[in-house]
Amino acid sequence: MFKRIWKARSGYLFILPKFILFTVFVLVPIVWSLFVSFQEYRIFGTEWVGLRNFIDAFQDDLFWQAVSNTLRYAVVVTPASVIIALVLASLIHPLRAGAQTFFRASFYLPTVASSVVIAMVWRWIFQTRFGLANYFLGLLGVEPINWLHSSAWALKSVILMAVLTPPGTGIILYLAAMGSIPDSLYEAARIDGANRFMQWWKITVPLVRPTTLYLLIVSTIGSFQVFDRVMMMTQGGPGYATTTIVHRIYNVAFRDFQFGYAGAMSMLLFAAVIILALIQSKLVSSDVEYKG
Amino acid sequence: MKRLRASNVGIAIIYLVLIVWAIISLIPLYWVFTTSIQQPDEVAIMPPKLIPSVISRYLPLRLAGEKEAATALVDGALESYRLLFRKTQMNRWFLNSLLISISATAGILLLDSMAAFSFAKKEFPGRDFLFWVMVGTMTIPGQVLLVPMFMVVRELNVVNTPWAVLLPQLSMVFGVFLLKQFMLTIPSELIEAARIDGASEFGIYWRVMVPLAKPGLATLGILTFTSSWNSFLWPLIAIQKSEWFTLPVGLKMLQDQNLVNYGLLMAGAAVAAVPMIIVFLSFQQYFVKGLTLGGVKG
Repeated sequence: MFKRIWKARSGYLFILPKFILFTVFVLVPIVWSLFVSFQEYRIFGTEWVGLRNFIDAFQDDLFWQAVSNTLRYAVVVTPASVIIALVLASLIHPLRAGAQTFFRASFYLPTVASSVVIAMVWRWIFQTRFGLANYFLGLLGVEPINWLHSSAWALKSVILMAVLTPPGTGIILYLAAMGSIPDSLYEAARIDGANRFMQWWKITVPLVRPTTLYLLIVSTIGSFQVFDRVMMMTQGGPGYATTTIVHRIYNVAFRDFQFGYAGAMSMLLFAAVIILALIQSKLVSSDVEYKG
Repeated sequence: MKRLRASNVGIAIIYLVLIVWAIISLIPLYWVFTTSIQQPDEVAIMPPKLIPSVISRYLPLRLAGEKEAATALVDGALESYRLLFRKTQMNRWFLNSLLISISATAGILLLDSMAAFSFAKKEFPGRDFLFWVMVGTMTIPGQVLLVPMFMVVRELNVVNTPWAVLLPQLSMVFGVFLLKQFMLTIPSELIEAARIDGASEFGIYWRVMVPLAKPGLATLGILTFTSSWNSFLWPLIAIQKSEWFTLPVGLKMLQDQNLVNYGLLMAGAAVAAVPMIIVFLSFQQYFVKGLTLGGVKG
């Protein structure tokens, strides 16, 4: 055994630098996270508190407010982004190569410009007196809306911004998936007299299902972790109207320095994300097989 | 795409929908740039100037021979940028971001290609186990580990230094996975041939694998640079000293201090966005490849 390991030593040496970093900054935090949530951190030493951080979370109105805001955001943004990606990709796919490149770039550019930049400009667009949004609404005769500073509208504004920012990654993945569907399937359907919508509904949509599942899971995880845009557009306000789970974790951990409590909320978030991902894969997955 | 060659009306409708949506998609970026070059007294006005004066009025003024008015217009358009670079720490933040993103990209390419070479082309006990441990952690979202990550960084005494931002980025495993998949497609015969010619293991890595893996390395490099440049939450936590802020964190502070100077804020946003837009437009194919390779992970 040792001889085999010694003989293969160069294999380990090539991995070593990465593995050291991985251990320190990934494995150690993962193991540590298992302890953090059962402890309370004080200036002098730590104390085991059992499940108290979790109980605190369940009894904390602000935590539930953050959960409810996050859910309301995720329930709209996740399906919207997957459906918009599917529809836009389906429209782009039949176009000529040049037009495909143009639209793919237009829809991906906002993804590539940082989320902070996009959130900053939306804060400006949603400005009540001079913002672009109220100007365009004014042209339609709609009264100005107090987008970001009223609790009735703030969360809706963040959701609206998320829906209007195109799902660049999803579009690119769908286009790749659609490109790999064999033409023969569509020809067969055409011979059977299926119109274009039926071809899309009966062939394209089922065959890109693995991509749909992947995007559903990834964007669920993404919307459960929404932070950047909330931080830049509303800071969680007004009051706690747009506080999300990660925003709450950030404030509890790095403003109030309650590491144990923040750790417990992180664990709950992780559990929720894993459970949702499992449910989605049960619901959506079915074996897709086709021969090219 | 013969199968979907629709009637002309159908194609027209498709183009219409796509163009409208593309406009909605690009308006925010357009508004970043135009706001940043509005005349200072024309930023917050109603109705808003959809086309900044410097663009709509410069040429007419020049043609009318009013050179001074035209120059004043350019001067006004650059006012926000002048303020940004003279009165804020923008230069510093830009350099910090550049330094960290370049280091992260170079480091990731070196470390991940070495590890990927070993995982893809070498035999040793525990290889598959180590690989799956690394890849398995990719399912854990980073936001869940903020608190323990901060504790690690604090123990190492690197809070408020660029290391606190750089080291966690270098420990990401996505690149190992991506490059391993890529290197598996490189024929092993090439390695055997080099070995017979007397190449050392490092020589095989450096002279055979790295050149052949260049497309994969380019893809990973561009994705790493973008995500490093744009990362926000972790740098916000790890660095509280403004001299070591990265650009996105600097923008946050800029916004906190200049809540309503939208010209200045949009100039800052433009400075952060331009490098990414250039990188994307020059290397679009690599983004597509990186996303599709990363999207079909096992």
